Amino acid sequence: MTEREVKMGVKQLSPIDVYMLLPRTNCKECGEANCMAFAAKLVNREVSLEQCPPLLTKENEKAYKKLQEILAPIIKEITIGRGEHAVKIGGKLVLYRHEFTYHNPAPIAFDVTDEMPLHARFPEEEAIIDRVKKVEDFLYNYIGRDLKLDMIAVRSTSNDPTTFKSAVEEVTKVNNLPLILCAFDPSVMEAGLIAASGRKPLIYAATKDNWKEMADLALMYGCPLAIFAPNDLDLLRSLSKTIIEYGVEDLVLDPGTFPDKGISTTINNFTMVRRTACKAGDKLLGFPIIGTPITTWFGEKDSDEMLAWKEAYLASMLISRYADILIMRSLDGWVQLPTVIWRFNIYTDPRKPVSVDAQLYTFGKPDETSPVMLTTNYALTYFTVESDLKSFGGDYYLIVVDSEGISVESAVAGRYLTAETIAEAVKSSGVADKVKHKYLIIPGMAARLSGETEEELKNVGLPDWRVIVGPRDSSGIAKLLKEKWPPKEGEEE
Amino acid sequence: MGEEEKKANTKLDELLNLLGLTSNRDIELEDVELDISEIILQPSVLSSAALKGIAPPKKKAAAPPTVKPTTILEAPFTPFVQEYPGKIREVTLGATKSKGGSRGKPVTIGGSTTPAFYLFEQVPSNPPVISVDVFDMEVTLPKEIRTHVEDVWEDTAAWAKRAVDKWGAKVLTLHLLSTDPLIKDTSPAKATKTVEEVLQAVDVPLIIGGCGDPKKDAKVFTKVAEMAQGERVLLSSVTLDMEEAGVLEGVTKAAAKYGHLVLGFTALDLNRAKELNRKIADYLPEGDILMDLTTAALGYGLEYSFTIHERARMAALMGDTELQHPVLSGTTNAWAAREAWMKLGPEWEPRRLRGPLWETVTALSLLLAGVDLFMMMHPDAIRTMKKVLQNLMTKGEVKPEKIANWVNAKIQRG
Repeated sequence: MTEREVKMGVKQLSPIDVYMLLPRTNCKECGEANCMAFAAKLVNREVSLEQCPPLLTKENEKAYKKLQEILAPIIKEITIGRGEHAVKIGGKLVLYRHEFTYHNPAPIAFDVTDEMPLHARFPEEEAIIDRVKKVEDFLYNYIGRDLKLDMIAVRSTSNDPTTFKSAVEEVTKVNNLPLILCAFDPSVMEAGLIAASGRKPLIYAATKDNWKEMADLALMYGCPLAIFAPNDLDLLRSLSKTIIEYGVEDLVLDPGTFPDKGISTTINNFTMVRRTACKAGDKLLGFPIIGTPITTWFGEKDSDEMLAWKEAYLASMLISRYADILIMRSLDGWVQLPTVIWRFNIYTDPRKPVSVDAQLYTFGKPDETSPVMLTTNYALTYFTVESDLKSFGGDYYLIVVDSEGISVESAVAGRYLTAETIAEAVKSSGVADKVKHKYLIIPGMAARLSGETEEELKNVGLPDWRVIVGPRDSSGIAKLLKEKWPPKEGEEE
Repeated sequence: MGEEEKKANTKLDELLNLLGLTSNRDIELEDVELDISEIILQPSVLSSAALKGIAPPKKKAAAPPTVKPTTILEAPFTPFVQEYPGKIREVTLGATKSKGGSRGKPVTIGGSTTPAFYLFEQVPSNPPVISVDVFDMEVTLPKEIRTHVEDVWEDTAAWAKRAVDKWGAKVLTLHLLSTDPLIKDTSPAKATKTVEEVLQAVDVPLIIGGCGDPKKDAKVFTKVAEMAQGERVLLSSVTLDMEEAGVLEGVTKAAAKYGHLVLGFTALDLNRAKELNRKIADYLPEGDILMDLTTAALGYGLEYSFTIHERARMAALMGDTELQHPVLSGTTNAWAAREAWMKLGPEWEPRRLRGPLWETVTALSLLLAGVDLFMMMHPDAIRTMKKVLQNLMTKGEVKPEKIANWVNAKIQRG
């Protein structure tokens, strides 16, 4: 099999294939110039079929259904929750990120148990309300985006229907997040489903022993159903077949997350399931996979800190290897920060360029006294600086040098950012005509270029320009400006 | 449309005949056995027109069943496995006395015949290896790392010994940062002396890191190569800039003459990586070349690194000989991310965990993308990587009952 064949899933679906099934009236109701443009966007998953009103009419019903089929992702997209609080999982079109792009960032659910009190009765006691609040309040602003946590998983440790029911009731009262209900006893599960009626939780889980009752509950309450077959892919696939034939359409697969020595088995099972679905078109495995790093807490005994550490890196590995949804336990910031950032990163579009345009950018309303700063055109570098400058407020010029899309530190080391390229960029930016001072603030990571840069600036016809070495990280710019701007003659360095 | 439909249906008939879609028997497709009753045809395999006749009637014929199953319907799992025409070259760092060097334990990496850790296809022949970073001068390091090394700033050999004796480094990277003309401009002779001291202090294979200045690095590498004859050190790194500066030939020839390895560094660009590898291979055997495709920190472009490594590995396995070199990651770059070291407020503490976890997650993500050799720095990150590697290299024996009841399990608070 060549790489071209491997890519066929998405790549070989051409806009023409889609166009032929569209109304082809070029009515522009979708907002595109014509049906061909709309088809191209459909193939790229930038628009949805529902944005074509004529397609939704009775006479186009057949074409609509066909389009739904040919555009359907290999991994089924499943919705948990309802309305504005719903979350979509799965919907993957490819095995490898570089083949297209991954869709629906894996939501992370955090557990509460039905034996936890609603409110803590003594300090340090874990309580439902505190854990739910931590999930809701989690927020990290990363290059201008708000990264958040997503769901609550209610586990029945009591195994008692009444206890579970009241816990689920409490949880639904205190938040609107999508839910996972976790119990293996069908009567316990039903009690929970009654309490969460209308919330469309994920039912976790059907096993070889309870599948029939769980499938009945999934049908009765209209909820997606997870299948749990720890390290038994034959059973996982058999249960998938059985439950589909039973009439349940929305499944989630759990081949088991084994911590510690089980990492190898876990990663291999996840990979085999996803790969067989994507490359062999195995429909029975074409469902989202759920990973449960929380099992770390029930594996080898260790300190809370070590268990949280293990849970964190296991979660990141499962995000890399095909988990579409996760259940975790640790809500510590240091655990979740790398997890949500890696999740955000791996779900971005790999076709997006690594660099931004090298040019002069302005922030606020800079005038002839505003500071002139400089950075490289690596996208992440630029967005980090941009986000900092915006959050400080104020007026600045920012010259972005073409470093071939490399960050400052690497660009200096690799000679992509040199005194010459800096001087050239300053000159061509025309900023010298916009300000009456002659100061250039360069990144701290480029400190060693400062002397040379002053020389080079002379060579490009900008004599008397002085270089101020800025902080190594742009978060320090505000402090630098407070202390050193406007510069007083003779003490700029 | 009528004509087209007819054509499509003929095509479809042909296809169905071809597949023998009349009985419920097994067929062979490529190297894969599929049960025909469950085969779904990827829409993209066929033209859209051909699709018109396919899935829906078949689906409707099979489901929904009038009777719900009462027992589990057997549907055993067969993993999709494939054979790859390509293979990653095996490369050995370091040489023992009998091979002309003085290293105690040479380290072999590479040899992969499948994507990373596809144990269901093939257990990797060599585990990925961690090299610990050592510098020849005091450098700016986050506090979490600095505290482990600040008493040995002035004594590179002592620093190297600590990395080997205390952290169990199997390979060391000695960064000759002080040779940078814009830092200390240490002479090639003096830098070579430092390498010599480290070679005497420890007996693990060495990676020799330059300062990034193409001309200076070429001078230093050439001198080091001569002094360390036969040791099979890895020169890190050579670049297309060196080619531009006209010094690549000299360095690679020196590496070839004195029996060393060369690392080709390119910035997230496979075409440039291939170009550089070709140029290095003009003077050095292909089996002595490694690649660095650039490691960006988590939160700072790791996804670009992840994807370029996955692409490179897949292309290599598919037969692209110019990419069949083992891959090195400068994982310590993880600390370039502000989230690894910056004070962010009490809810993100403690940094003594956040920082090394940052390095760990950066390393593990690239491990799963196919990296063979990691340059790392924080002892906790290194320890975790070693443990995970150990677990990943063996088909684990797991006990399903250990997690079978996790849903009901009570948390034991430590």
